[in-house]
Amino acid sequence: MKKLFLTITAIALFSTLSVAQSRTLPSVDVKTLDGENINITAIENDGNPIVISFWATWCKPCKKELNNISEVYEDWQDETGVKVIAISIDNSRSMAKVSPYVNASDWDYEVYLDPNGDLKRAMNVNNVPHTFLLNGAGKIIWDHNNYSPGDENELYEELVKLTE
Amino acid sequence: MKNTTLFYLLILFLWSNKLISQENSNQGIISGNIQTIGQYYQEDTLINAALPDHQYGFNGFANINYQNGDFRAGIRYESYLNTLEGYPISFNGTGIGYRYLAWEKDKLGVTIGNFYDQFGSGMVLRAYEERQLGIDNSLDGIRLKYEPIKGMYLKAMIGKQRYQFVDGLVNGTGIVRGLDGELNLNEIISDSNKNSRLKVVIGGSFVSKFNDDNKNPVFNLPKNVGASSIRFNLRYNKIRFNGEYVQKINDPYPDNQNEQFNYIYKKGEGLLFNLGYSTKGFALDFSAKHMDNMLWRSTNVNVGPTDLLIGYLPALTKQHTYNLAATLYPYATNFYGEIAYQADLLFKIPKKSILGGKYGTSVAINFATSYTPKRKFVNDMENSRNSYSTKFFSSSDSLLFQDLNIEIKRKINKKVKLNLNYFNFKFNDNAVKVANYYKMIYAQIVVLDLTYQFNRYHSIRFETQGMWTQQDKGNWAFGQIEYTFSPHWYLAILDQYNYGNNNIEKRLHYGLISGGYIDGSHRFSLQFGKQRAGVFCVGGVCRAVPASNGLTFSFTSSF
Repeated sequence: MKKLFLTITAIALFSTLSVAQSRTLPSVDVKTLDGENINITAIENDGNPIVISFWATWCKPCKKELNNISEVYEDWQDETGVKVIAISIDNSRSMAKVSPYVNASDWDYEVYLDPNGDLKRAMNVNNVPHTFLLNGAGKIIWDHNNYSPGDENELYEELVKLTE
Repeated sequence: MKNTTLFYLLILFLWSNKLISQENSNQGIISGNIQTIGQYYQEDTLINAALPDHQYGFNGFANINYQNGDFRAGIRYESYLNTLEGYPISFNGTGIGYRYLAWEKDKLGVTIGNFYDQFGSGMVLRAYEERQLGIDNSLDGIRLKYEPIKGMYLKAMIGKQRYQFVDGLVNGTGIVRGLDGELNLNEIISDSNKNSRLKVVIGGSFVSKFNDDNKNPVFNLPKNVGASSIRFNLRYNKIRFNGEYVQKINDPYPDNQNEQFNYIYKKGEGLLFNLGYSTKGFALDFSAKHMDNMLWRSTNVNVGPTDLLIGYLPALTKQHTYNLAATLYPYATNFYGEIAYQADLLFKIPKKSILGGKYGTSVAINFATSYTPKRKFVNDMENSRNSYSTKFFSSSDSLLFQDLNIEIKRKINKKVKLNLNYFNFKFNDNAVKVANYYKMIYAQIVVLDLTYQFNRYHSIRFETQGMWTQQDKGNWAFGQIEYTFSPHWYLAILDQYNYGNNNIEKRLHYGLISGGYIDGSHRFSLQFGKQRAGVFCVGGVCRAVPASNGLTFSFTSSF
């Protein structure tokens, strides 16, 4: 068993060397707030950058991050054309709280549900908040696991770099 | 060792792919993540923290995923060396705990190996992982997903459930079979209806299990048990209305604690509703639940509380995050049954108003309550053993839990943000048995959370909490200071003080210092100090965590 694992790891590591640079979104279905199924790879933004942020209604730093970005979102959109996608990992217990929270907080984001954690697993998210930045070609070029006040500025700088 | 075959397949695939890829340079993508937690324990008799023989605990999880077009495969390597204190000891050793191969072609998806899934709200079937709690009931078998026409989603699956981990995956002996269908009427009818203001999704499931673990000679126990559910999901403009009904035929389990539930043949039922209205800056949401005798496992013998569960019983309460509110008297769904209601009101007081201030103020009010169903005991334990009867939403006056909480969030100026919280709990520990107090507990909590942002990199956060109660361990005070240097560093110091304990010797301080470094998707943290015994809950499922004193190191990363 151990040998087997080593073999797999070796293969994995070897392949990583050549492909880790070009991570894209996995082909996984998420749900809209209306219960429709949509494949995450179908999301596009006319060649402009996309931010994908994993959050949950029970996660304080996640909500802080998305609320703080919400305050500057219009400016970001004007300057960089970015689109923010918020993926809620709330399960069936708290899923019903997503739509009320999003509306009451006045978020202009596209919000999707990942109640079974399929996208979370496919994107290797261990815990929330975890935020990804995709360039216009859909490649993941930056990610950050955690949120402290001010972290959105780093994301903004990465965004500006992309549009320059 | 039956896992081995799948691995050879996986390797073969990766390898053959490697060969092919040299021809058409279609290499696929490999990604992965790792999470490790190590603890070094010290004995502390004052807070009841024991020193295990092994002194160190370590839990590690590493996933490696491979994707090439419509093909996906992955494994999770797990290490419990030794299992962290408070984590289920049925997880120990090191090895592979999860592996799968999956592909999709022409609207048909196939998964072999381990998978997670859920039907509707999960009451009839939910295979999921909650790593922090040590819950993993993934199914190990085969799953098909098929979309024959647009808007019609079918799933069929069969498998065994993960039960334990002993140097590798250990499945339970029972077999779970499931079918689920969902119709999205807006997608089916036509594209012109896609923008209809009325959105309708309906669904239904059937799940059955085979179990033959219990050889009790007295009762004639069913080896196959079926459960089914129907659900709907409606939205009209700003109004949403969802519901689900689930029922389970006779499924007797032993119950040593309560003779009235011991090997009873009554069918189980559950009904869950959610009605909500929300618009910009305002939301009102109401949920109701009737649940009775819905314990649903792929075995019919006694196992650990979270082992081999097929169905998930969502708790209708808000999951709290502030320490005292989250870990002293949290509510976990009552397996026997409960009738519960929850209401949420969220609104934003507009900016530049007298009450709203310059930036506006957010208010969230949540009320949740849960009662034992009214049970009419029929005294038939000598023959049919239905034990009792219930009526929908007919509750007794026996309160299990009540929670009223208010959160007010306000940005004072460019640098200061204030968050004020109030909680009022009524907690029936005689039924919930979380605090080992076994009586009614009434508690109130106030939390003040203030963030001051010096500039774009530096900020400091103060958090003070107070809990007042006459019962159990009495009053608590909590204080925390957290300094963050964005985007890489944080340092926090906290203290919890049980100043109101009736037992003067137990009026203890629990001090803790923690710090961390974050670099993109890598996260390191170090924590030193005392951890109070408490209850840790995720999604209405809870685990008691013993007191500990020592050093904790954790690391997460993904690539």
